[in-house]
Amino acid sequence: MSLLEFRDVTVDYASAEGPIPAVRGVTLLVERGEVLGIAGESGCGKSTLAATVLRLLPENAAIGGEMLLDDVDVLTMKWGKLRSVRWAEAAIVFQGALHALNPVQSIGDQIAEPIRLHKTAKDVDARVAQLLMQVGLPASRAKSYPHQLSGGQRQRVMIAMALACSPDLIVADEPTTALDVMVLAQVLDLLTGLVRDLGMGMVLISHDLGVLGTTCDRIAVMYAGQVVETGAALEIFDHPKHPYTKALAGAFPRVGDPAARYAPVGLPGDPPYPGDIPAGCAFHPRCPIAVDECTSASVALVDGVRCIRVGA
Amino acid sequence: MSRVATQRRKAAFGRFWTTYRHDRAGMAGLIILVFFVLVAILAPILIPDDALDVTKADGERFDGPSLAYPLGTDDSGRSLILLLAYGTRISLTVGIAATLVAMIIGTAVGIMAGHFRGPGSHVLVGATDWFLVIPFLPLAIVLATVLGPSTLNLIIVIGITSWAGTARLIRAQTLSIEERPYIERSKALGAGNWHQMTRHVLPNVLPLVLANTTLTVAIVILSETTLSFLGLGDPLAPSWGALLDRAFSSGAVSRGAWWFVLPPGICVVLVVLAFTLVGRALERILDPRGATA
Repeated sequence: MSLLEFRDVTVDYASAEGPIPAVRGVTLLVERGEVLGIAGESGCGKSTLAATVLRLLPENAAIGGEMLLDDVDVLTMKWGKLRSVRWAEAAIVFQGALHALNPVQSIGDQIAEPIRLHKTAKDVDARVAQLLMQVGLPASRAKSYPHQLSGGQRQRVMIAMALACSPDLIVADEPTTALDVMVLAQVLDLLTGLVRDLGMGMVLISHDLGVLGTTCDRIAVMYAGQVVETGAALEIFDHPKHPYTKALAGAFPRVGDPAARYAPVGLPGDPPYPGDIPAGCAFHPRCPIAVDECTSASVALVDGVRCIRVGA
Repeated sequence: MSRVATQRRKAAFGRFWTTYRHDRAGMAGLIILVFFVLVAILAPILIPDDALDVTKADGERFDGPSLAYPLGTDDSGRSLILLLAYGTRISLTVGIAATLVAMIIGTAVGIMAGHFRGPGSHVLVGATDWFLVIPFLPLAIVLATVLGPSTLNLIIVIGITSWAGTARLIRAQTLSIEERPYIERSKALGAGNWHQMTRHVLPNVLPLVLANTTLTVAIVILSETTLSFLGLGDPLAPSWGALLDRAFSSGAVSRGAWWFVLPPGICVVLVVLAFTLVGRALERILDPRGATA
């Protein structure tokens, strides 16, 4: 039994020009104690996918497929059941911690909010103090307001909040946005360490393949709402197969690797507009190895790669 | 509350007071207000009941200002300055109570109209617009006539005709706060509508409610004067509007008894001005965009 299972999940946003597909059939698995990384450019559907886990999408989004959390489909859950599942079974670490904290409440009150809502602990103050210690903040910080903390401390508060109800799954949506590399490393170490110690599962979303390669067990690379490559983290980072993954990996030069310094980096063009996705392989207009067949053939995910030129 | 929180609040109030003290218009308004509030509180202590009793009035009718009667006498020989002092009490009570009613309705409707999407919100917005466009005076006169003349009814009538502007303002602010990520966060952690509205939206719109309150009090006191002048208030309570009504009906204007007509009007103008000055000053200080600290 998997902790989290996406089965052919699709998300379409309703618009004046008709439905716009943001996620086009994603199938993924997360086991307990495992960290799954989702990588991709802006607008490839990775944050939309994260929001489907707790059904947080706006009302104009139509979701298809199945989203199993502990073998229960979240997408067909009744409202009351959904509310009790939110945070108690799956919690989210949002990007931009400053904005995700209410400026007029002390952080202790905000960490206590899910505990009080779900009544998961009797002594709320003691639990808040314990959570603050877990993320490396002194318990006396509970009385501080968000503006009195630094960026890294705020992100630690968000992590403490995510742990508050001891969920089975944590979804971290770009938790390191706007943090400098030192703090970024601290926050990621803290997050992955806690996930492994407490035996939870985690979905870590980032555009930084380097970050994912060092912190995740498995990685799924998304392009235009589809998974284009998936596999073990180091395998994808060191030996990418899909031309898009190669371009992503090439964007992060490695110290001590002379070949990487001279290899051409970067990818021409922009990701396609979700309302106007190219026929055939969605990546073919930007692909360096595209052939005529790529513009028409439908491409399936074979052995973890969605490309007809790989393995052919 | 813990000591730290108390100290923080003290410090915050200290900062607020330092800024407020340098706002000249705001200070002028505050001094006028304190004066009227003191008069309202002390009136029943300093003024003997006999002074307001028509049967025991000892002055001449329509006597001009003198040492014994600093603002002259009314049509039954009562001292006008004492009536005016008593009127302060009623005008301020009605003004503040009706404002509270209007603020509670306005804030509740505004937050709900901004928080909920769908038909319920349309109904609330429609009701707000209806109360905004309907002429105040005819509606208030009809309501006051149906309910009957008494101070409590006056408060109710003014309260339910003055909330629409506040509701609009609060709805706009709520819409902006609803878009902030911490609302999405509270939804993600399983918060219901009530929790989101009371714990996250209300504390964030409260400064706006406070500033708007002082501005509404001014309008409400004018409304109270208008309705009392039209004879829709409590006939036994000598509010400023009621005094003006009495001056008008007893022919004080044609007799040239200016001391009967001018002082109530001046009092109304002063209090309204004072509340407006304080309200504008609060708005300037509490508006985060203008904050210097």
